[in-house]
Amino acid sequence: MGGAEVLRPIVEAAGPEHPSLLDATHQMDALFGVTNIPQVIWIDEAGMIVRPAERGSPAPQPTEDPFANFVFELMARGTTHPEWYGDRIRDWAAKGAASEWVLTPDEVIAASHPRTRDVSEAAAHFALAQHFWSTDGFSTKVLHHFEQAHTLQPENITYKRQAYSAWSFAKTHDDAARFAQSPSPGEEDQWPFVSEFFADAKQYLGLDLSAG
Amino acid sequence: MIVDRLDIDAVAFELATGWKIKPEGACRGDVCVPLDRSAGAGFNLFATAERLGMAIVADTDAGLWSIGPASLGGRSLTTAEAPELSLPDVLTGEDVTVSSFRGKKVVLASWAPY
Repeated sequence: MGGAEVLRPIVEAAGPEHPSLLDATHQMDALFGVTNIPQVIWIDEAGMIVRPAERGSPAPQPTEDPFANFVFELMARGTTHPEWYGDRIRDWAAKGAASEWVLTPDEVIAASHPRTRDVSEAAAHFALAQHFWSTDGFSTKVLHHFEQAHTLQPENITYKRQAYSAWSFAKTHDDAARFAQSPSPGEEDQWPFVSEFFADAKQYLGLDLSAG
Repeated sequence: MIVDRLDIDAVAFELATGWKIKPEGACRGDVCVPLDRSAGAGFNLFATAERLGMAIVADTDAGLWSIGPASLGGRSLTTAEAPELSLPDVLTGEDVTVSSFRGKKVVLASWAPY
């Protein structure tokens, strides 16, 4: 995606009471093992992680935006109780270390996402792709490093979505293309990636976004 | 972490990776990994990266190297101590560190407007 210029109007419209930070180089991946959004990490008052990066979909919120409603529906799909994640956070806020959702340090490490040497190499390639994209624009070199990252860690959907967005925007220079996650109809042959978001979601998230 | 030279010192390595080089080894949080110092007393990037399971990818055309995160232990986290994270605030542009919230519970939620 783009930088602060893309995020600022969204944050201003939402008016959150908490800081909203821009992670242009995907430090969250390297430091915490984030592989997709929305993933959430809990850190206690002493600076100890008590839940590692995990799926943390928000419950549907009142909105008249049809697309937002669609996204909320997608994120809640497969859950019988959309408030589940918010309820866990509220339980932790109320009970602290006594919350049933707080993990021990060993449990936190064990529950953090797997990281092999291939995953480390994927991160290194992704960093190079981001570096060259930010300094020189999209190029075959950028595509090469994105492809290497995707091959080495195929379950990292964040790496893929960033590449889909960057390539699509470079192709059209249309701001709406920043949100592209799959080839446009009729342009499938030009899509340079081995996957696209709907296939990724089905394979790695168990979400069939094409139905319903 | 992207570098344009491989002879970085231990201080630069710590700043970029969070791993501090101490007499007992490479340390982060409550974890210390012993290092082989038979080749000398100085910091050796390749040996340290290898020990920590960090991949080093070269882009020789650009004269750059990219160092991946540690994969030692096979998990994203080697310790439950939260690593330092410093990122700019979208609205103010000022850097905000996670450690500045010590004493409060922190929910770190990742999102993007895809």
